[in-house]
Amino acid sequence: MTSKEIYIQLTNVFREVFQDDGLVITPATTAEDVAGWDSAAHINLMLAIEARLGIVFNTSEIDEMRTVGDLAEAIERKMN
Amino acid sequence: MEFHQWLPECPAFSMRLKQLDGATPDQKIADLKFLSQQRLDFVKTNALATKIGTMMSSLGAEHVAQCGPAVKIALVSSHTVSHLAGGISVGALRRGFIAELFFGQYGLYRNELLQPDPNLKTFAPNVIVIANDVHDVNFDLSLDSTHRDVRLAIDAKISELARLWRQARLHFNATIIQQTLLNTHYNVFGSYESVLPGAPCSVIELFNARLREVAAEERTLLFDFDLQAALKGYEQTIDRVRWHQAKQLVSPALSPWYGDLLARVIAAAYGLSKKAVVLDLDNTLWGGVVGDDGIEGIVLGQGSAAGESYIDFQRYLQGLSSRGIILAVCSKNDAAIAEDVFKSHPDMLLRRENIASFVANWDSKATNVRRIALELNIGLDSVVFVDDNPAEREIIRRELPMVSVPELPDDVAHYAACLSAAGYFEAASFSKEDVERADLYRANSRRQQEFSETTDMEGFLKSLDMRLEVGRVSKMNIGRVTQLTNKTNQFNLRTVKYTEAEVDRLMRDKEALALQFRLKDKFGDNGIIAVILARPNERWPADTLFIDTWLMSCRVLGRGVEAASLEALSQYACELGLKRLIGEYRPTARNKMVSDHYQKLGFRRFVRGVDADSSSTFWLMDLPPANTLTHHIEVDITNDEQRDLHPANERIPRSISR
Repeated sequence: MTSKEIYIQLTNVFREVFQDDGLVITPATTAEDVAGWDSAAHINLMLAIEARLGIVFNTSEIDEMRTVGDLAEAIERKMN
Repeated sequence: MEFHQWLPECPAFSMRLKQLDGATPDQKIADLKFLSQQRLDFVKTNALATKIGTMMSSLGAEHVAQCGPAVKIALVSSHTVSHLAGGISVGALRRGFIAELFFGQYGLYRNELLQPDPNLKTFAPNVIVIANDVHDVNFDLSLDSTHRDVRLAIDAKISELARLWRQARLHFNATIIQQTLLNTHYNVFGSYESVLPGAPCSVIELFNARLREVAAEERTLLFDFDLQAALKGYEQTIDRVRWHQAKQLVSPALSPWYGDLLARVIAAAYGLSKKAVVLDLDNTLWGGVVGDDGIEGIVLGQGSAAGESYIDFQRYLQGLSSRGIILAVCSKNDAAIAEDVFKSHPDMLLRRENIASFVANWDSKATNVRRIALELNIGLDSVVFVDDNPAEREIIRRELPMVSVPELPDDVAHYAACLSAAGYFEAASFSKEDVERADLYRANSRRQQEFSETTDMEGFLKSLDMRLEVGRVSKMNIGRVTQLTNKTNQFNLRTVKYTEAEVDRLMRDKEALALQFRLKDKFGDNGIIAVILARPNERWPADTLFIDTWLMSCRVLGRGVEAASLEALSQYACELGLKRLIGEYRPTARNKMVSDHYQKLGFRRFVRGVDADSSSTFWLMDLPPANTLTHHIEVDITNDEQRDLHPANERIPRSISR
């Protein structure tokens, strides 16, 4: 999966989890930029990405993700 | 983990969710209910729950009421639970009620219940769910502890919990639900684990076993989450990462599953569980089409795996029948040919007399299911429709959306498991009434037959040899009485729904009369068929008894029970020194049949200034009554009711709860 395809998929998951059809994400997006992205929502987001993309994050990876860019890179590593 | 396989998949979920915004209020309610009956993962479940929340607050009360009673649920816990909100509210709507939720603070459940917490007090919960975990209960036992050591340690923890339940009941007047401990311990010995009472897994197993007993004695409802998790498999249901991340005992991904399980228990307490299964025949109860293949050609019984599987399914249905679930048949078949299988096939396990209503013809199934519900005198929302044919299922879902239609698997070997997993028949009590229900419906159909043959009504009623046994509501029948206040919508003068805790309070109230009525006749025992709850009320003089609740089961309509009940009520009231009765008729969409109830009994109508604009009517009768009404029932006033299986409580026998 290319980086672009990952962002398309990620955008869909973000929109579904945060229930906002207009949500736009970039590599620099952080939790502060998205309404409702608190620690509980973060867990929901990780689980939704795992379910939709068919991957599993390690416990240590979850702690390290600070930006959407980190997230996309972790996904790319797992998928390729 | 896969869950909710009995629900159909919903490919156009997001679109349907969006379309909700522009819909009319009636359409919104219908669509929300429809969507709650689909198989949804946690993200979709949360999205639906958000919609339910916003729509319920914007729609009028009369629309919200179409979704069932509003139940205020407080979930107090020793771990994180707020992420379960979406699963619980969707589960609630699916099971026929609206959940209003309150979540306790992480780990503070004891303080919240004991102090009690002012926010929780303001919330005024109807139901309190206590969810703790093995980290919270935390036994400090060495591996070589004896059975006695372990038992003492467990009893100490459980008495502490029981004290908490009693305090919570006192502070909040709510129904208490205790969750069993999810056994998250690792196995340190392998199979030898269970031999050692002091091994961590064993201790929790023994704790849960004892909890089940004590909860029954204390009349605390049990949510056996550990059993449900074990049924699905601990490897699937225990998410270690989420525990370490956020002290979530249940993963957000499993919140729809958890929410549905909890909603079933609450639904059962509110009398919302299903009552009847309507069964198709060909390829549902046996393999093949009896009309084409003949009785000797159908697949049933030993000799083939499929034949054995149909027997297995029939055995499960028989089990449901023996615990009081009504079985009915709805089949596109020639009636004589279909009935002949029940009478003549040697391997047939279900007998014709197990079937309370047998409809085999060529009419549409929607028409027939309506007919069956009418004949059995139950609501369509109490019916589960079981059919192997996806087209028939679709038709019922479209025509009769209130009927539950499980998505039956392709393979008959999984039919019973599918129906069992769907949790339609969750119980909050189990009594002799339930055991006898099948007999009851059979006797009723015989009575119905004799009645239709008679031309002399008086003579018929006399010939029934009816006896009405009247007594105060007691521990032994409180479950049934509560159930009746929640289930009875037609013959119900004010339609006040009670929780068991509220009935319990009335039962203990010296000034109140909480009466239950049991009708027997020559065909058998009809069980508890009427309830009257009455109490003097500050709105009227102290010597006046206000009838808060008068309800009756429709299956004994037209037999003079009302007049006989009034006779008993008057006698009780006179003994308390009361001078008059006041009754109110509060109209709802479904209780028109009792609008002239008090008038027929000889009450005088009066108008209350304050309520001049309300739709209620008020009725008065002086005591003792001036004239007695004719009826053909012997009234027998008893002081104790000793008919339940479990004299001290309505404990659910383990063999049945599993």
